[in-house]
Amino acid sequence: MMQMPDWLRARRGKDAEGRDAALWTKCPKCGEVLYRRDLAANAFVCPRCAHHFRMSAFDRISSIVDGDFAEIGADIAPGDPLGWSDKKSYPAKLRGDREKSGLSEAVVCGFGQIGGFDVALAVMDFHFRGGTMGTVVGERIALLLEEARKRKVPCIVFTASGGARMEEGMLALMQMAKTTAAVTRFTEDGNFFMTVLTDPTTGGVSASFAFQADVIVAESRAMIGFAGRRVIEQTIRQKLPDQFQTAEFLLEKGAIDMVVDRHALKDTLVRLLEYARGGVLRA
Amino acid sequence: MSGNLIVERERGLLELERRISELRAANATQPVDMSSEIAALEAKYQQILHEVFGTLSPWEKVHMARHPGRPTSLDYISALERFDELHGDRQFRDDPAIVGGFALMSGRAIVTIGQQRGRDTKENLRRNFGMPAPEGYRKVRRLAHVASRLNLPIVTFVDTKGADPGISSEEHAQSEAIAMCLHEFSTARVPIVATVIGEGGSGGALALAIADSVLMLEHSTYSVASPEGCAAILWSDASKAEEAASRLKLTAGDLHDFGIVDEIVPEPLGGAHRDVAAVVGRTLSAIEMSVTRLSALSPEELLEERYRKYRRLGTWHAERMEPIGGR
Ligand SMILES: [Zn+2]
Repeated sequence: MMQMPDWLRARRGKDAEGRDAALWTKCPKCGEVLYRRDLAANAFVCPRCAHHFRMSAFDRISSIVDGDFAEIGADIAPGDPLGWSDKKSYPAKLRGDREKSGLSEAVVCGFGQIGGFDVALAVMDFHFRGGTMGTVVGERIALLLEEARKRKVPCIVFTASGGARMEEGMLALMQMAKTTAAVTRFTEDGNFFMTVLTDPTTGGVSASFAFQADVIVAESRAMIGFAGRRVIEQTIRQKLPDQFQTAEFLLEKGAIDMVVDRHALKDTLVRLLEYARGGVLRA
Repeated sequence: MSGNLIVERERGLLELERRISELRAANATQPVDMSSEIAALEAKYQQILHEVFGTLSPWEKVHMARHPGRPTSLDYISALERFDELHGDRQFRDDPAIVGGFALMSGRAIVTIGQQRGRDTKENLRRNFGMPAPEGYRKVRRLAHVASRLNLPIVTFVDTKGADPGISSEEHAQSEAIAMCLHEFSTARVPIVATVIGEGGSGGALALAIADSVLMLEHSTYSVASPEGCAAILWSDASKAEEAASRLKLTAGDLHDFGIVDEIVPEPLGGAHRDVAAVVGRTLSAIEMSVTRLSALSPEELLEERYRKYRRLGTWHAERMEPIGGR
């Protein structure tokens, strides 16, 4: 495992690191009790059954970029357009998730290098509001694509999302239109756009930029679909097979380009970036 | 489908209507003058109409949008001068939940597309209650692409609870089908006018609604998810749909305030189904005005305006946050 870069250490603080080291985690798939630090060293993949744990955006970025990462759009913070309140107010929910995840919103965007390639990178995080897309997610991703278009660098988005964020109502749905507009401008200029679908990728995120990429990669066993499993089961009144809506299922149905194990992910992305750059790769 | 609040409330009114027309018929043939009774009944009828439909809550509007008699896409499309339906996604099948094709609107050639629900149970089963499958969205994309190539304005009608949530739809990549519709509507080099005529639910509705001008009927609804879906997602309890409806801000007025809807088409007291011809006529003229106005713009201007419109939608504020990495 690579050394923790300075930006990550600064963002996480001592607490998170100390807590990480102390925690034991049980694998939800095989039941193995795992030492948290070993799990992190193994890219959050269960050494026994290869279950891919959901990664935080910070861990993901540090596992993918060569070294430095410069975030953009960090100052874009959510509003409360509907004045939403159920058991808690929307702002209170946001504050809670902020404390819990150390994130300011459900996506982290910025620029870095992968295998020596300059890339624009967006990483969604399921730990913040289930990775749902509200205004901030849409705004940050659109901003990233616009900036990447100016710099003429490829863009990679790691998706992890329960869909559109209910608490922002129709303005959340409109982020599908916003990100689509930005993706379209970016790709029509001849830039390379790639998505990596991680567990889970559903709803409004799945039905917009996730499936608008030149190349769509998915992580092993990730759940990917438009409608949630529960919704489908309620509609058809029967249980769905385990395999349904997994990355492997989508590959078989022709919906995605490849399924990649997390350990091979960075190398795969670098190879794809090489093809996209084009030219004579080997003399 | 029964259980419609508006249909329930109309029962008493229908009974009154029947009695008034019976009295009228009797009055014409019998020597006794009953005109004062008739007038009293009519006054009462109007009073009840106002009490019941004068102001509608969001939840009542959800039911109004789902009213079985509410005009559907084909009611609008068939009122156009001419319509030639085009079928199929060229890959797998023709989805009856989507209707579309060439049409003439006051002499102008257009491409029109809409979600089509059924008017009775049998038709609803055939049209899957207006919930399109990926094949339907691929048909939409194909027609929008043809329109863009031939320089024909696109006129869409939005009326769906949402995209079909079924096994086959997932197997045929519903996400991709919707995502590529969004892409097509973002890049179409022609004017696009979308009208929400009934229920507009989630991405399945938006797939036909990225437009230069978005119209919405007064009692239609348009939301990030159906109220039942929202309640199930947030509270795992679809029975809290009424509460979700009140929070989601899904009425035409709310969406106009957000800048998502450009124009609201008024409906008669009691809803569009009470005077279908008038509502269809009024809606088509409003659409035509938008098409005419947008047709004066160049493709570049249209695309730039469309980009800016969707780029600015949302609510956020700047907050001092330490970016990771720095610059
Ligand atoms: Zn395991």
